[in-house]
Amino acid sequence: MAELRRSPLEGVALGDGFREVPFLSQIDLRLNPADEGARGAVESVVGPLPLVPNTVHGGHDAAILWLGPDEWLVVGPPGSAADLERQLRDTIAAATDAGPVAIVDVSANRTTLELDHPDARAILAGGCSIDLHPRAFGPGRCAQTLVARAGVILWQLDDAPTYRLLVRPSFAAYLAEWLTDAIPD
Amino acid sequence: MLLITCPHCGPRDEVEFRYGGQAGVASPADPEALDDATWARYVFFRDNPKGPFAERWVHAAGCRRWFDAVRDTVTNQFLDPEPRR
Repeated sequence: MAELRRSPLEGVALGDGFREVPFLSQIDLRLNPADEGARGAVESVVGPLPLVPNTVHGGHDAAILWLGPDEWLVVGPPGSAADLERQLRDTIAAATDAGPVAIVDVSANRTTLELDHPDARAILAGGCSIDLHPRAFGPGRCAQTLVARAGVILWQLDDAPTYRLLVRPSFAAYLAEWLTDAIPD
Repeated sequence: MLLITCPHCGPRDEVEFRYGGQAGVASPADPEALDDATWARYVFFRDNPKGPFAERWVHAAGCRRWFDAVRDTVTNQFLDPEPRR
């Protein structure tokens, strides 16, 4: 399988200051957070879901991103999606008090750019209307928004600041070129 | 440029949203019983007030949820948006 995978940025020359983190596992979770049976079953597998809008639980290797009032994105290392999906399905099937839950492997839906640059805030601010000031947007925050008019999930990892931009494959090369152009030499 | 407050995500730029027209337009309970004029009125006719107007918006580039908001059509100011799915 691994040799059949092809990143949308394969062959695209990336500038300094950012890199692609390809093939991250991504599972889209939909459930009613008030449904304690479903939430308990899911949380026994992936850990507590972030209930505060635009926040993340976890970090580099494994994380859960809030995408909506009843929607989360579970991000993990490449190749872990199938196992995690099966584990979630088995746990929910065994939980008799769980209401409806949707579990979709969306790993191929987005690739990830990791921007690690001392001027990352200013670079992103050139194409993004989110307030990225540390007071408003720090580590453990995420937002679905537009960067250079391309839809992304923007996710701040640490204070460096390091950002991840999860972008759809068809916009990935464009966004990479925009970043290459936006990052000062 | 408007700053629209999504009830879930908070204040965001206008370009992240799409407009959904007047809020609270109930779909007819028994559409087959309507005559053409009443149907046309339901499909095509909307209020066009000068002042506060209840509208549907969708946070298309964000959480993709629909919500109601009241916008003053004179000043373009948004008055408290209420989440409604």
